[in-house]
Amino acid sequence: MTGRGFALRSGLMAALGAALALFAGGGLVATAARAEITVDITQGTVAPLPIAISNFHGGTLEGNELGRQIAEVVTNDLRNSGLFAPIPNTGFPQQPDALQATPNFPAWQAINAQALVTGAANIQPDGQLGVEFRLWDVFGNEQLAGFSYTTQPDNWRRIAHIVADAIYKRLTGEEGYFDSRVVYVAESGPAGNRLKRLAIMDQDGANNRYLTDGGYMVLTPRFSPSTQDITYVAYINNQPRVYLFNIDSGRQEVLGNFPGMTFAPRFTPNGQSVLLSLAEGGNSEIYSLSLAGRQLTRLTNHPAIDTAPSMSPDGTRIVFESDRSGSQQLYVMSASGGEAQRISFGEGRYATPVWSPRGDLIAFTKILGGTFYIGVMRPDGSGERLLADGYLVESPTWAPNGRVLMYYVQGPTASSGATSSALYTVDITGTNVRRVPTPGDGSDPAWSPLLP
Amino acid sequence: MRMKILSILAAVVLVAGCSSDDAATGAQGSTVSTGSVTGPVPGTQQDLNQTIGDRVFFDTDQYNLRPDARATVDRWAAWLQQFPNVNVTIEGHADERGTREYNLALGDRRANAIRDYLIALGVAPSRLATISYGKERPAVPGSNEAAWQQNRRGVLVVN
Repeated sequence: MTGRGFALRSGLMAALGAALALFAGGGLVATAARAEITVDITQGTVAPLPIAISNFHGGTLEGNELGRQIAEVVTNDLRNSGLFAPIPNTGFPQQPDALQATPNFPAWQAINAQALVTGAANIQPDGQLGVEFRLWDVFGNEQLAGFSYTTQPDNWRRIAHIVADAIYKRLTGEEGYFDSRVVYVAESGPAGNRLKRLAIMDQDGANNRYLTDGGYMVLTPRFSPSTQDITYVAYINNQPRVYLFNIDSGRQEVLGNFPGMTFAPRFTPNGQSVLLSLAEGGNSEIYSLSLAGRQLTRLTNHPAIDTAPSMSPDGTRIVFESDRSGSQQLYVMSASGGEAQRISFGEGRYATPVWSPRGDLIAFTKILGGTFYIGVMRPDGSGERLLADGYLVESPTWAPNGRVLMYYVQGPTASSGATSSALYTVDITGTNVRRVPTPGDGSDPAWSPLLP
Repeated sequence: MRMKILSILAAVVLVAGCSSDDAATGAQGSTVSTGSVTGPVPGTQQDLNQTIGDRVFFDTDQYNLRPDARATVDRWAAWLQQFPNVNVTIEGHADERGTREYNLALGDRRANAIRDYLIALGVAPSRLATISYGKERPAVPGSNEAAWQQNRRGVLVVN
């Protein structure tokens, strides 16, 4: 890594760190390593890095069209992260064909592009799509990264997300999250008879597909960390039970055979078990169910409601919600169950805890004074920060890199029964709130890991 | 209130039916005149809805049976004793002001509070199934306390 490339990256990293530090109340201000990269920190927001993303050059009409689409997807990914400010390509000083050689850096400096992305997309003689890209430090006059990929042409979107992840990683030092998917509940119809279908899409809303037909209600899907499986609740034959659904085969099976309702499923980080709640005689307890042997282990034993379990990424602890104190609060216990420590002590009720894939934070839903909030706190309960609020916001889920949360927002219900719900993302600094495009209403999002 | 009006109407119809029969048999002993049987078939959902009502209501985030709910469940128990072949499902519901999974658990608590009380009143457990819908099936749309109160409910459904 050269000095300049390091400076570009560490400047952005320092800005991210400083923004978080400000929010954490530490009052720390990290200084950028180089003065050329100007990063403004205003109330915890990072000034996004100006970046120019050229259309990828194709040798043919088809290649040029793919190259344009790939650049568009990369541009949207980086813009949506809130950390980059893509420059409109109408003012670009060089065209894609000219950018197959070393860029004319002064010309790009003149439009204040800090970073430049160039690339090529070609349909090869065997019909495969070849994509290559280079990331340039415009003021450092050098290449920071360069990769090439080969795939089927209809896979071009994934390549674009992989390119965006590579740029994100090179410039922030953090893993990206663009090459990932989201499973959610697609909703339609009036409040009293809402149609709820399982749906899956790319994280940017593309390639939306329905996995169930709405013949039965589905709730709270979750992605397996290791396989193409989803666990969720379905009301089949009027029995709410936890199911396992394989995305590739479309096959689904009920998990276990229980007399009472099973709900609130989450995979463990190794993907080998599902944590869930089982309701018996009005009492909900948390269990772990191994997928291989279908062995059931009881983890809580309390007359209160115990639900919404989420295991730490290192597999040692489980955070869950319980009303054993009289109202919903968050508790942490060992992965094998036993005594639990309460970690939420702020005003209001706390629910739906989700451990960050980094392990450093727990996201939650909070209800206080008629308002719902999405927030994060450290696993010991300290450092609570509220990131989003509304009439009803719920169900945070982590991007694979632990940097972004997706959740759903529901508006008030009209007396006609009309209601609406939509998916949103927010950066963990509480900035960059964005609606995720879905064909209809959506709720209960669950983010996949980075695709294999 | 509406349920009450309906059952009063049903009673009026029944009385009218009887009196016309009496009149027929009283005046001309050998003649048979036909009256129509109106009102719901006893032991059906419609009968339950008209004679007692199919639902009880709960306070926010509570699952204990309030006195008004207890009075209704008392009548449900008597009604179920009257029709021993009738099996029912008790639905538990919550309003929209909670999180989804907690409300599933809360709905389960409410359904089971009703079930436990019916059992205490002598109804056989094998006749009573429960299901929680959490906040997924509001009876009254609306984002105000009046709607929420109608939605924090337990409903008796004849199988």
